[in-house]
Amino acid sequence: MTTKLFGEPVQRREDLRLITGEGRYLDDLGKDALAAAFVRSPHAHARIRGIDVSGALEVDGLVAVYTWEDLPEGVRDPLPLLIPHPALTHGRTAYPLARDVVRHVGEPVVMVVARDRYLAEDAAALIEVDYEFLKPVVGIEEAVQGVHLVHEDVPGNVGAHLVQEVPSPGGAGAREAVDAAPHVLAFRLDIERSASTPLEGRGVYARWDADDRSLRVYSSTQTSTSVRMAVAAKLGLPLPSVEVIAPDVGGGFGVKIVHPWPEEVLVPWAAMLLGREVKWAEDRREHFISSAHERAQVQHVRVGFDDEGRVLGLDVTILHDHGAYTPYGIIVPIITATQLLGPYRIGAYRVEFSSIYTNTVQVTPYRGAGRPQGVFCMERTMDRIAAHLGLDRTAVRAANFIQPGEFPYDQGLIFQDGRPLIYDSGDYPKSLSMLKELIGWDAFPQAKERAAAEGRRLGIGLACYVEGTGVGPYEGGHVQVTSDGRVHVSTGLTSQGQGHETVFAQIAATELGVPLDRVSVVTGDTRRFGYAVGTFASRAAVMSGNAIALAARKVRDKALRIAAEALEADPRDLEIEDGVVRVAGDPEASISLATVAVLSNPLRYAFDEEAKRATQFAGPASMDRPPVEAGEEPGLEGRDYYSPVRSTFASGMHAAIVETDPDTAEIRILRYAVVHDCGRLINPMIVEGQIHGGVAQGVGGALYERMVYDGHGQLLNASFMDFLMPYATEIPFVETAHLETPSPLNPLGVKGAGEAGVIPVSAVIAAAVEDAEGITVDRMPISPSELYELRRATAP
Amino acid sequence: MKPSAFDYHAPRDVGEALEILAATAPHGKVLAGGQSLIPLLNMRLAAPAHLVDINRVPELDTIEAGGAGVRVGALARHAAVERSDSAARAQPLLRTALRHVAHPVIRNRGTVVGSLVHADPSAEMPAVLVVLGGSVRLARHGGGERDVPAADFFTGPMESAAEPGELAVSAFFPALTPRTGTAFAEVARRHGDYAVAGVAAVVSLDDDLRIRSARVACVSVGPRPAPLDVTEECGGRPAATVDWPSVARAVSLRVDPGDDIHATAGYRRHLTGVLAERALRVAAGEAADG
Amino acid sequence: MGEKLHEIRLTVNGVPRETRVPGRRLLSDCLRHDLGLTGTHVGCEHGVCGCCTVLLDGEPVRSCLTFAVTVDGREITTVEGLREPDGSLSPVQRAFSESHALQCGFCTPGFLCTVTALLRDNPAPSDDEVVEGISGNLCRCTGYQNIVKAVHRASELMGEAEGRS
Ligand SMILES: Cc1cc2nc3c(=O)[nH]c(=O)nc-3n(C[C@H](O)[C@H](O)[C@H](O)COP(=O)(O)OP(=O)(O)OC[C@H]3O[C@@H](n4cnc5c(N)ncnc54)[C@H](O)[C@@H]3O)c2cc1C
Ligand code: FES
Ligand code: FES
Repeated sequence: MTTKLFGEPVQRREDLRLITGEGRYLDDLGKDALAAAFVRSPHAHARIRGIDVSGALEVDGLVAVYTWEDLPEGVRDPLPLLIPHPALTHGRTAYPLARDVVRHVGEPVVMVVARDRYLAEDAAALIEVDYEFLKPVVGIEEAVQGVHLVHEDVPGNVGAHLVQEVPSPGGAGAREAVDAAPHVLAFRLDIERSASTPLEGRGVYARWDADDRSLRVYSSTQTSTSVRMAVAAKLGLPLPSVEVIAPDVGGGFGVKIVHPWPEEVLVPWAAMLLGREVKWAEDRREHFISSAHERAQVQHVRVGFDDEGRVLGLDVTILHDHGAYTPYGIIVPIITATQLLGPYRIGAYRVEFSSIYTNTVQVTPYRGAGRPQGVFCMERTMDRIAAHLGLDRTAVRAANFIQPGEFPYDQGLIFQDGRPLIYDSGDYPKSLSMLKELIGWDAFPQAKERAAAEGRRLGIGLACYVEGTGVGPYEGGHVQVTSDGRVHVSTGLTSQGQGHETVFAQIAATELGVPLDRVSVVTGDTRRFGYAVGTFASRAAVMSGNAIALAARKVRDKALRIAAEALEADPRDLEIEDGVVRVAGDPEASISLATVAVLSNPLRYAFDEEAKRATQFAGPASMDRPPVEAGEEPGLEGRDYYSPVRSTFASGMHAAIVETDPDTAEIRILRYAVVHDCGRLINPMIVEGQIHGGVAQGVGGALYERMVYDGHGQLLNASFMDFLMPYATEIPFVETAHLETPSPLNPLGVKGAGEAGVIPVSAVIAAAVEDAEGITVDRMPISPSELYELRRATAP
Repeated sequence: MKPSAFDYHAPRDVGEALEILAATAPHGKVLAGGQSLIPLLNMRLAAPAHLVDINRVPELDTIEAGGAGVRVGALARHAAVERSDSAARAQPLLRTALRHVAHPVIRNRGTVVGSLVHADPSAEMPAVLVVLGGSVRLARHGGGERDVPAADFFTGPMESAAEPGELAVSAFFPALTPRTGTAFAEVARRHGDYAVAGVAAVVSLDDDLRIRSARVACVSVGPRPAPLDVTEECGGRPAATVDWPSVARAVSLRVDPGDDIHATAGYRRHLTGVLAERALRVAAGEAADG
Repeated sequence: MGEKLHEIRLTVNGVPRETRVPGRRLLSDCLRHDLGLTGTHVGCEHGVCGCCTVLLDGEPVRSCLTFAVTVDGREITTVEGLREPDGSLSPVQRAFSESHALQCGFCTPGFLCTVTALLRDNPAPSDDEVVEGISGNLCRCTGYQNIVKAVHRASELMGEAEGRS
């Protein structure tokens, strides 16, 4: 394999259309489509007594109004519970339009279709829904009391309960190990709600072709293949009659992996029924109150450790707020519970979580997917241990690290993919020393002192994480060389800005020995590739990357076979460079891949000059063998799949220096350093970009963003005015260093990088603020007002 | 998030605007820069039956800076006022404070007068008008004009003395007098956001460089920006010997903040004190230099 | 009864365009859906994200906070009109790609318009001026670092171009 393109900071191929306004996002399509809008519940918990749509009928341009009653079987059923789990004993999902009861503000109740969105909103505003109020359950604390119920048939509001326990090598349970340890600490941690918040909301656009009875759906989704299956099933259509395409997608970050959204079922259904194109483009307010949130957890920790800070026993109880429904199962708390262990070898571990219903927007993965909470828990624990023992915080971590010689390392737990949590590779001590060097850990105390002499408060913090990436079950890739020498790559998973068109092209070009500009990549289009899982869990590069590499290798093998025959050479003597197959050492003996592609497809008809070479009378052919030999297929193409035995584990460590204003309590990040190990880098520029973006989201989550519900279940800050996504002015410059510990699990040696940046940020910032202030920080995010109140509460 | 329907009017001069406003009152709303009104319309939190767009009334697009002060016409954008050197010379607080108003792109459209009429207690310009003792000129069809002093103009959160049918044609910001300094300090959650708390300050010295008068107006700590006179607290001393922390404390005790999702009342009060001290010190310093 | 429509004329990217819109038609919707210029994006419709930023007589403004009728007769530049007269990419566009200043690309048109005006008024901005200049535009993907880099790079490219001519 030539490594010319693999590993290079190749400029992105998707950029040209995106910087010239020629990208095509969901709402850029379907110029003449009818527009859908929804009447959404203004109440967190209420019974629908009646719906009066008559007002809407006045609106000129109204096309249709639908309530649950109007929906046919299949369409009207509750949405699927995508990831069932034995511990999720009380999984509940919503109806596409509320049936009797609404369980969060924003739940869709009535669908309106009109000539344009203005008119659809006019009509929606004139529909009257008569509600009988029910007591809303808001906040984990209130929910676990179980006095009022989100779902009548879910006692205690507990959807799921799961315990995992790994005894110590000596066989002691975690609680026993904690009790027996020389030092014991117990405390509580809180993380608030946040959300993915891509700048493009969700959206669906459907075209029903009544002539050939086929449906084409465009959705701003992270999984077009699965939306396709869901839509076909819901609408009772044969799978081959449905195609789903993810066009350019303006960010996902997890929220768009959920499917089918109510709108993904209703819009295609309405398009079929009306025989008209229908489109719904979510607006910002809808996105806040009707999509999904994440992060909120309460954690109770008990930890026992020795004098060096080695953790002998860790006992964590997590209360996870999963909102009103559980379409995505309990993936998030499972990830928290398992990834909490980070790069550490823990004596004995017990984790118990309860996943709790509240009358709020449902909770599904947001970049990091439970890991930020797990890392917050573990890293705050490490800092507490260090403080308790008076040890340097990095020393306590180092004392607990899994050592480079210990891989594969089995944590003894079951991960989110139902497979054992076994780390494949890593070098944590080296990461830590790189991080200390990068941020200047050892010299910081002097800097802090100097600043203090000027009345300034500086603090430093760090956090480490391990991230299971590239979860299965599989992805596939298809690579085709056409007779013009172009290479067409497709894979089923989708893209939301990760640069897949570039990265996958780099892989295919490298494997095939063709120039990059001859390769084009299509993702997320079921017309091109029907089997896929989706883009989440930092899995695209690992899964599709490897699948495409394997498919390209098949194509390469076939090309060499055909070329060998044409050149009368041994395939083992051939190499491909610049799209030309050559006999090594004999520059004269060569044939272009384009010609190989021609030869791969025996023809009867010559439609151009090149094609003539593949027709029946073109050249010497063996008269005893069929034109397409047994076991062969016409065409120079290959398809392959990559399905790993288990996830591969990336890791990283972040550190930050913050300054807190003694008067205003403002918190400023002065420096932010990242050491990152995601195995072999396919395109370092893109990986860096992923880290920058992840850190920025992490900073948002640490200092600015939170979903604030009042006691009535109203989301008080459902706008960008009050949900404080950071601007350039709030985000620090991120300094990065890379360590490349290849994964032994996959052919390319890569690990995922998509989520990493966000994972440890809250833990890092909490630690740094704590260091600056000398006040324990056990709740994130933290605002100046909260820091001020903390100061007051702890003032002597 | 699309506005509901309204009848759109685009008068070409003030007279026509006033006529339309009179004819449509109380169902008409003035559209200036739209940077506050259109978000409300898009979210359907406001749905006026008539919109009177003053963007085609050139006579309102004026900034007149003179010895007495700066008169800002209803169509003068934040950015234009911020850029105007003559306005900054006459009253430097305008430029200083405008830099805290939203982001540059919003300032390209939003108007100073619109910001005053909008009367958001978290906005900067109302506090500036109040601390300077400026006024707003209101006109109505057939009724001539009236100047409403700043202290009377802001009547509550998002409420001003401008009545239905009235057009604010301009606002007047008095000029900086000799030996006077001004300052503006604020803390916002994100750069460009409305302030969590903010303080506009004006300090004048007498010939002996003693504090002759000191005034502040505070942002986001009450239903409306109220002028607070702290001259007495300064005790007629030279700036260098004023007990600024105690003056600032006096300010923080006289404001009336509430809790919201971004800050507690206690923090806002505290912050107002911190910012008042910062702003007053700067203003006193400038007064001494000027 | 349908809504009253207003005849408006706009010069968009140098091309005179005419259309009929109701008073409430947002400029963003007019550009995107009436004129088919979908490069201008809409991320919030309340003025905060900056995705919808276009140039109105050269000045960046929020098209989601502007009614199309209000700007009747004016000149508008959208991302589709940022290329150089000869059709090549503008320095700002090139710099964004070179510096990997975009990921999903949804925010990008707004940034490109904002930065184009910024560099016209201040061809060699300092770091602080760059950050202040783009401070009203949200990006959820990039963390801004590469956007800041791109603005400096664009300034460099513009300088080079001028040096040559
Ligand atoms: C993202 C964002 C951030 C912002 N941040 C800030 C900030 O930090 N600080 C701040 O102060 N502002 C901020 N603003 C608001 C901005 O400053 C507005 O421009 C200003 O508040 C209103 O001015 P306008 O010309 O846009 O008024 P419009 O939105 O047109 O009108 C506002 C109100 O005033 C009325 N009105 C306007 N002009 C007149 C008149 N001449 N006579 C009678 N009535 C009139 C209107 O009917 C309407 O009720 C922000 C806006 C946005 C979108
Ligand atoms: S869409 Fe206009 S600022 Fe967000
Ligand atoms: S590139 Fe995705 S929002 Fe900026």
